[in-house]
Amino acid sequence: MKKSVLLTSALALSLTATAAMAEPKAEVLHWWTSGGEAASVKVLKDEFAANGGVWTDMPVAGGGGDAAMTALRARVLSGNAPTAVQLKGPSIQEWYEEGAIGNIDDVAKAEGWDELLPAAIADHMKCDGAYCAAPVNVHRIDWIWGNSKVLADAGIDAPTTWDEFNAAAEKLKGMGITPLAHGGQAWQDATVFEAVAVGLGGPEFFRKAFVELDMDTLKSDQMKAVFDQMRTMRGYVDDNFSGRDWNLATAMVINGEAAFQIMGDWAKGEFIAAGKVPGKDFTCTSPSGGAYLYNVDSFAFFNVDGDDAVAGQKLLAKLVMGGNFQKVFNLNKGSVPARLDVSMDEFEFCGRQSNADLNTAIDQGFLLPSYAHGMAIRGAQAGAITDVVTAHFNSDMSSEDAVAALAQAVANSL
Amino acid sequence: MTEWLEKHVPKMVLAPSFIAIFVFVYGFIGWTAYVSFTRSKLLPKYDLKGTIQYERLADSPRFEVALTNLAIFGILFILFATVIGLALAILLDQKIRTEGPLRTIYLYPMALSFIVTGTAWKWILNPGLGIESVMHDLGWTDFAFNWLVDPKLAIYTIVIAGVWQSSGFVMALFLAGLRSVDNEVIRAAMVDGVSTPRIYMSIIIPSMAPIFLSAFIVLSHLAIKSFDLVIALTGGGPGYATDMPATFMYAMAFSRGDIGQAASSATVMMIIVTAIIVPYLYSELRPRHD
Repeated sequence: MKKSVLLTSALALSLTATAAMAEPKAEVLHWWTSGGEAASVKVLKDEFAANGGVWTDMPVAGGGGDAAMTALRARVLSGNAPTAVQLKGPSIQEWYEEGAIGNIDDVAKAEGWDELLPAAIADHMKCDGAYCAAPVNVHRIDWIWGNSKVLADAGIDAPTTWDEFNAAAEKLKGMGITPLAHGGQAWQDATVFEAVAVGLGGPEFFRKAFVELDMDTLKSDQMKAVFDQMRTMRGYVDDNFSGRDWNLATAMVINGEAAFQIMGDWAKGEFIAAGKVPGKDFTCTSPSGGAYLYNVDSFAFFNVDGDDAVAGQKLLAKLVMGGNFQKVFNLNKGSVPARLDVSMDEFEFCGRQSNADLNTAIDQGFLLPSYAHGMAIRGAQAGAITDVVTAHFNSDMSSEDAVAALAQAVANSL
Repeated sequence: MTEWLEKHVPKMVLAPSFIAIFVFVYGFIGWTAYVSFTRSKLLPKYDLKGTIQYERLADSPRFEVALTNLAIFGILFILFATVIGLALAILLDQKIRTEGPLRTIYLYPMALSFIVTGTAWKWILNPGLGIESVMHDLGWTDFAFNWLVDPKLAIYTIVIAGVWQSSGFVMALFLAGLRSVDNEVIRAAMVDGVSTPRIYMSIIIPSMAPIFLSAFIVLSHLAIKSFDLVIALTGGGPGYATDMPATFMYAMAFSRGDIGQAASSATVMMIIVTAIIVPYLYSELRPRHD
């Protein structure tokens, strides 16, 4: 008995001693739990351990991050925030306004993040001008994925404008092939909608409508034209699209049942997993005229107590932006590195295309945040827009009514 | 001592659960009602801002759809579950030999969770997989049953699945009721030469009024809190055509970071439940004069 008490106190002593040396510690809340994503996170975990850190994993799967956000709310309200949280876009600012987000500006300055990141993406990572989050990747949303064989048989090229898309779709429809593989879930409707909006209206229209929420733009004739195109697209999906998951829609393109899908570049993973070669068996083109809609995943760093946790944040921030992690993570995940100086040699065709388009878009100022994936505006406003988009797409609502409903819904959500 | 114990032990034993219910049910109902008068977004805030959340709710076309759906679903679900349950009970009450197995068969859907029911019916009603596709394969190519993907009709698929799930339970309630009707009265009516349908219409069904009330209360609260069935069967779609107040509230609270809207819609749901339950409690709890 006595011996065990002694042992325990000795253990306790040694534990206190370790803590005093501020060994970097990080508790990381994320929802990357599926196969490829979990492998991507493991890269970071291993690098963290190799640098003497202690990583506590806190994966919360479910609901596309909703479950993780609920866990985060509970942790912050109880005054015990995780060290780092997978969080993106305007929700970083939202949490900052709640007073929950910390600061990693010294790491960012030391590593020169301002030079490494596109300015638009760097802005998302800053709270009041100081870095408070680190980006891990750039997903592109406005992709048209096409089945090369179906396109070759029909004698059409992969479309790069919506007019070309419509012409191709009419031809395919005449041949009895479903032109557009689509899943009738609100976020997928929104994904198609924003690709149409940026392609038809151009970058300035998109920015005014979905970043600045300018009422005149939301009610404009251009917006009506966007809804008209959505109505046209409704005629290109099969009868059975309602509620279909995105990966099942991708499968329709893979096995030639349908010709196109409009989806972010996570769809690429499905093609590759089915043994298809990017650029050869399937095409990746953008109908956006040089614009680039991004969805950037990032880790936000919350206010934490204790030197070990602060040291953990600094180490994690440094590693997340490190060249090796950015390369390996994105090779696994299908996105491209947020850090611009990473060599693209090991990436496949569509990844290199994405990176090249990203650089062109930066030069032209055409780099735009995706509204459908929560990068442009906050959840309440984005949700209000999606409600209208999905109600229009799934009914016979006229474009005039849709535009009026859009303006009303956005005003009501502010 | 024994006397003291006899007097106080029941209270002491009941106290923890009483306190737990008081805090975690009524306390949080009060908290939700309070938050519905604030401008809470991502996290709850406590400055009262008047009825702005209710005004936003009134302006929201999606919540209007949710309330309309609740009315359609609630009325049809309760009506059909009651009628089918009663019919099954009467048929089973004809002293048939296989009553035991049949009763189990009809009651069995109740043992499933709404998620299972919803998923199964999603496949059955899916035009590309279920009934429609089977009929097409059998050669009846004009057959169309695509309610699930039609925004105007999708809500009725939820009624179908809900009725399938719950009418067996209602049947069990009514069967128990039928068995408890005084046999003497029925025999007397038979002796007087009253026809069987007339016996049911004029004697048995009227004497089962309390069972109808119980069935109504159980079914109506199932309807109002229906969430899992909608999520599994349609996911609220197409668009938000099958949204219900419960799924609306979930979307606001957990996907959109709009706790104020979630709290106000939850309060509206509670008011609807109260409007149904209070008359019931009143009729149950008033002193009886017999």
